[in-house]
Amino acid sequence: MRARGAKKKETPIKMKEFPEVVSVRESIRKGKTAVKLSCLIMGAGNIRYGQYVKGILFLAAEVIYILFMAMFGTGMLAGLTTLGTQTGQEVFNEAKQIYEYTQGDNSMLFLLYGVATIFITIGFFIIWRTNVKSAYTQQKKTEEGKKVLSLKEDLRSLLDKRLNSTLLFFPTLCVIMFTILPLVFMICMAFTNYDRNHQPPGQLFDWVGLKNFETILDAGSGLGYAFWHILGWTFVWAIAATFINYILGMILAMIINWKETRCKGFWRFIFVLSIAVPQFVSLLIMRTMLQEQGAINVLLQDLGLISNALPFWTDATWARVTIIVVNIWIGIPYTILQVTGILQNIPAELYESAKIDGAGPVTIFFKITLPYMLFVTTPYLITQFIGNINNFNVIYLLSEGGPAAMDYYNGTGGKTDLLVTWLYKLTIDFKDYNYGAVIGILTFVICATLALVTYRRTGSYKNEEGFQ
Amino acid sequence: MKSMKTKKRILITIVHVLLTVLAIIWVFPIFWVVMTSFRAGKGSYSTEFIPEELTVGNYIKLFTDTGVFDFPRMFMNTLIVAIVTCILATFFLISIAYTMSRMRFKMRKPYLNIALILGMFPGFMSMIAVYYILKGMGLTDGGLKLIALILVYSGGANLLSFYVAKGFFDTIPKGIDEAAYIDGATRWNVFTKITLPLSRPILVYTLLTSFIAPWTDFIFAKVIIGSDSRYYTVSVGLFQMLAKENIYQWYTCFAAGAVCVSIPIAILFIYVQRFYADGLSGAVKG
Repeated sequence: MRARGAKKKETPIKMKEFPEVVSVRESIRKGKTAVKLSCLIMGAGNIRYGQYVKGILFLAAEVIYILFMAMFGTGMLAGLTTLGTQTGQEVFNEAKQIYEYTQGDNSMLFLLYGVATIFITIGFFIIWRTNVKSAYTQQKKTEEGKKVLSLKEDLRSLLDKRLNSTLLFFPTLCVIMFTILPLVFMICMAFTNYDRNHQPPGQLFDWVGLKNFETILDAGSGLGYAFWHILGWTFVWAIAATFINYILGMILAMIINWKETRCKGFWRFIFVLSIAVPQFVSLLIMRTMLQEQGAINVLLQDLGLISNALPFWTDATWARVTIIVVNIWIGIPYTILQVTGILQNIPAELYESAKIDGAGPVTIFFKITLPYMLFVTTPYLITQFIGNINNFNVIYLLSEGGPAAMDYYNGTGGKTDLLVTWLYKLTIDFKDYNYGAVIGILTFVICATLALVTYRRTGSYKNEEGFQ
Repeated sequence: MKSMKTKKRILITIVHVLLTVLAIIWVFPIFWVVMTSFRAGKGSYSTEFIPEELTVGNYIKLFTDTGVFDFPRMFMNTLIVAIVTCILATFFLISIAYTMSRMRFKMRKPYLNIALILGMFPGFMSMIAVYYILKGMGLTDGGLKLIALILVYSGGANLLSFYVAKGFFDTIPKGIDEAAYIDGATRWNVFTKITLPLSRPILVYTLLTSFIAPWTDFIFAKVIIGSDSRYYTVSVGLFQMLAKENIYQWYTCFAAGAVCVSIPIAILFIYVQRFYADGLSGAVKG
């Protein structure tokens, strides 16, 4: 109830925060000649109503785009559909009287450039829309007798009303360049036959539709068999790693925060120390320590506790348990850092009234602390869970996915491989880019479904404004 | 009453014993690295925990024998990348987080959802594509590789983790902003003069996490830098020391290098302790 009340009160403020919005359709319908002209010649509207600099910038964008399309763009788009037609081969050179090797078309570059051209076109379309809307806004202002914003005022509004565009511009550009564009590129690969037998330059690959998905999801094929087994272990790992670390980390944080505990800072420092050491160092050290003649086995043998070396990395079950245990060492400090502050924010009244009712520490933990923490930190837990499904470092550096399993698609995968480490091996070691991409997409589908289902139910998503 | 007190004392003892045991387990691998770095014998296998013969030769070799592995250079490379990355990444991240928390505009909800969705793709699924894009921009030759690394670290997938910072900004009461607007402040003023000073914990948190990334990541670094040893970052270099052909000669130096890399990061953590103690849960307590 409280949240709804707060929302109602906020509505007028919210309205004010939206800058005046006009739609493109309205602009074209109600716009005068200058506005309509700017659909074709960008910036015409702005120049007509006195915003020369802005108009010229729009026009320049259009000219650059047209030049780009005429010179490269159209060819690149055509290449995207064919992915190249010319394989690398030996051609007889009449002039030199020798056979020369020609490179042929590079399908991968064709794909990359094609995708990039599409992105540029989308970008241009957004500029075009802005141009039309801007032209109409100026027309409206003139009609209403208001002053059209000068360049200076326009720029100033970028620090005030439209601060969001200013602050978001560079980060978004980076995200598009280094996250979205590569992703689209890789997703495209899932629909091609870009595997170890079709390696550009020299060989071509082509679109094959959904064939790769069928192969991987079909448990009967060698690839499918490996996929379902690795998926099963990925889930076991993610659940174990996330919840064990969460609960143990929380208990440890509470013990450290307990008012009777001395030297809180010292303990916290000790446990945080394992993050301070870069993961690839600590994990590689752990790996050598746990090897057959590693420190742990030597120590246990010297103490007479075991007669033969423990098969930490050579037995599938041992390797899996070892990884989960080592991950506790890595993960707990992160949980401590994350929950310490929130734990201190749990209202003291809750604890006091529970104590008066005679609840013991265990009851208090499961009835008060855990539900409260789960409520507040669900987003954190989900991120952790997804992070663990995608936890490349721990697996790859500790066991490299091993012990190898020959029944996993000719030994490309191992018993402790997660989907992501398998993906990495398939693409980097075996050059099966198409299967790697399919696995990536499937991993995404799993994570996305999980996250959307749980996340949308949490209070922190629904009542985003609840506490403001 | 008295038995209660004894019980409590026993409990306190148990807690401290437990913490001590755990602390020993926690510190043991680190202790082992340090010991290895002072070990005189070569190779990765050792039967004793405290080496018979201690030496600083590994450190000397690490910093002076620059023929195969130029550690000082690797260290400088990484330091430069880390400093630029943490400034850029923090600026980017805080910008997104603040905008998403404080401003209301048409694309806000879609943006939030897209960020959430993108964050769920496995990070290096796109690694190869990133490499080709950087190559297309001509950023994979010579010293430009480091710029490419900076771009990837500060502009890559890590930007999508702005949710933590956004959650922090959400807890700063809006009333403060509105009071400032009434006094005629622009949004930029509010952002720089009111919100940022209140956000020290989250700023430090972001700076720290993005500073550490270049030191610890080796997958991207390996793909982008390749085999050009002049531009190795410490992680690639140290990893390379453990390659089959180097491990016998370089294992103890690897430990020494690991200690050198961990020290600056550990110092940062000590400094940041108090920010964590205050918690990242809110700026204005009340």
